[in-house]
Amino acid sequence: MTCTEMFATMDEFLLRALIGGILVALVSAPLGCLVVWQRMAYFGSTLSHAALLGIALGLLLELDVRLTILLVSVLIALLLMVIQRFRTLSSDTILGILAHASLAFGLLALSMMPTLRVDLMAYLFGDILTINWQDIRWIAGGGILITVVLIKIWKPLLSTIIHADLAGVDGYNRERLQLVFLLLLSIAVAVSMQVVGLLLIVSLLIIPAATARMFSSSPEQMLGWAAAVGVLAVISGLGMSMTLDTPAGPSIVACGSVFFFLSLIGSSVGAFGTNSH
Amino acid sequence: MSVDDLNQVKTAEILLELSDISVAHDQTPIIEHIDLTLHRGEIVTVIGPNGAGKSTLIKTALGIIRPDQGRVKRLGSLSVGYVPQTVTLDSALPLKVLRFLRLSSNAGRDELIHALSQVGADGSLDASMHILSSGELRRVLLARALLKKPDILILDEPTAGVDITGQAALYHLIQQIRDQYQCGVLLVSHDLHIVMAATDRVFCLNRHLCCSGAPEQVREHPEYLAIFGPQAPAEIGIYRHHHDHDHDLHGDVCDYG
Repeated sequence: MTCTEMFATMDEFLLRALIGGILVALVSAPLGCLVVWQRMAYFGSTLSHAALLGIALGLLLELDVRLTILLVSVLIALLLMVIQRFRTLSSDTILGILAHASLAFGLLALSMMPTLRVDLMAYLFGDILTINWQDIRWIAGGGILITVVLIKIWKPLLSTIIHADLAGVDGYNRERLQLVFLLLLSIAVAVSMQVVGLLLIVSLLIIPAATARMFSSSPEQMLGWAAAVGVLAVISGLGMSMTLDTPAGPSIVACGSVFFFLSLIGSSVGAFGTNSH
Repeated sequence: MSVDDLNQVKTAEILLELSDISVAHDQTPIIEHIDLTLHRGEIVTVIGPNGAGKSTLIKTALGIIRPDQGRVKRLGSLSVGYVPQTVTLDSALPLKVLRFLRLSSNAGRDELIHALSQVGADGSLDASMHILSSGELRRVLLARALLKKPDILILDEPTAGVDITGQAALYHLIQQIRDQYQCGVLLVSHDLHIVMAATDRVFCLNRHLCCSGAPEQVREHPEYLAIFGPQAPAEIGIYRHHHDHDHDLHGDVCDYG
């Protein structure tokens, strides 16, 4: 069976899900690495909580939810940067407050709507199988924008992550780069929430990156492996969803986490092998 | 240092000039009214106890911290090499020495190898940054600074955690670098008495500059010679403080008498 025949026989909704999922995995790879290197997993969770407020606002104001999610995420990022300057509270605490405050306000806003015209569960857990070509265009557009900006700021951003002051002497402004990065992260959350849902979106950022760490000796290598693991998780997750009739988003995340634990076992066996020599 | 050398320093171009610098954090002054100049080919050591504002002074000189008062004047388009105490790399970030050096330099492999061997970190080019000892890491950081062909070299506590023999070797290296690149060297140290012998001027910092002067050779002091023995390294100098005031526990000045 040739490729074209395979695509012809494949249901179109599955093809769309596959394309959308793979695109999200590719976009998540560099962002996920950057999140892991900066220990920002908690910030990712905060963004995904805040996205609920964005969804509520979008439904209330009858705007595209992606735009309102983006708006709220950027607001949260700016708020975090401002509050961090006071330094009385750790960013951990501040993030905890921001995450749950926006979650609470999001739920309040949703409760004020007399009739919910949209399935909230689809946002929380994702529904990759209902993804349409317009959604894919959003993901592709966001992905291209993220990739172009990342290529441009890659070296400066990497420098500031390694040592802010050393990078500062080279003329790289840590705060400005951080803001751009958070903006990119917000865009990624906004365009890709449909694939795995708000509750699991962070896992698609950090699981492939963490799995890739075991095989990598350079930042760029880790990025490549993260992309590969992410794509593999999407394909196997969708396959699992098709054959076992499981929900797609959780299946993708479950497959990714299995890869992570396999890589853990593999690397410890490898370390044992070299030690015994 | 001969009188001729001294005159040379005096007439050498001023690379960096801090005038009347004050920096405060949350209304608490950290450094106050600092005047400091660095000439080409000169080595300046700033010593001070913990919390004296040494790091703040360095960051202000580097342009990372903007002073609340005063001016930092740097000769235009100078290359600045900065050697921080250490780099704490998250273990999730895979990074080899080669890639680290390439982040700030376009130098070819041979040039990188040369810079590493110059600082005595031969063979570390393809090593992971995570397995370097703190001493090796410091040498790699020094190599990184050298690759920029620095006009100004700023070192933060280069000898922290290094024994006296290691200190002598490091001081020797810094002196060599100064001679080769004809750069101005500014280094800070928390050691209040033992300084680099080749230092032209020592400044004692405790929020403000308490005193300054030139170091004396260890060999001129019988009591230090008794400690270091006849093999006292020539690179190690002694600094004698001559304060006209004292500091209380809060660092506030209390005048004598």
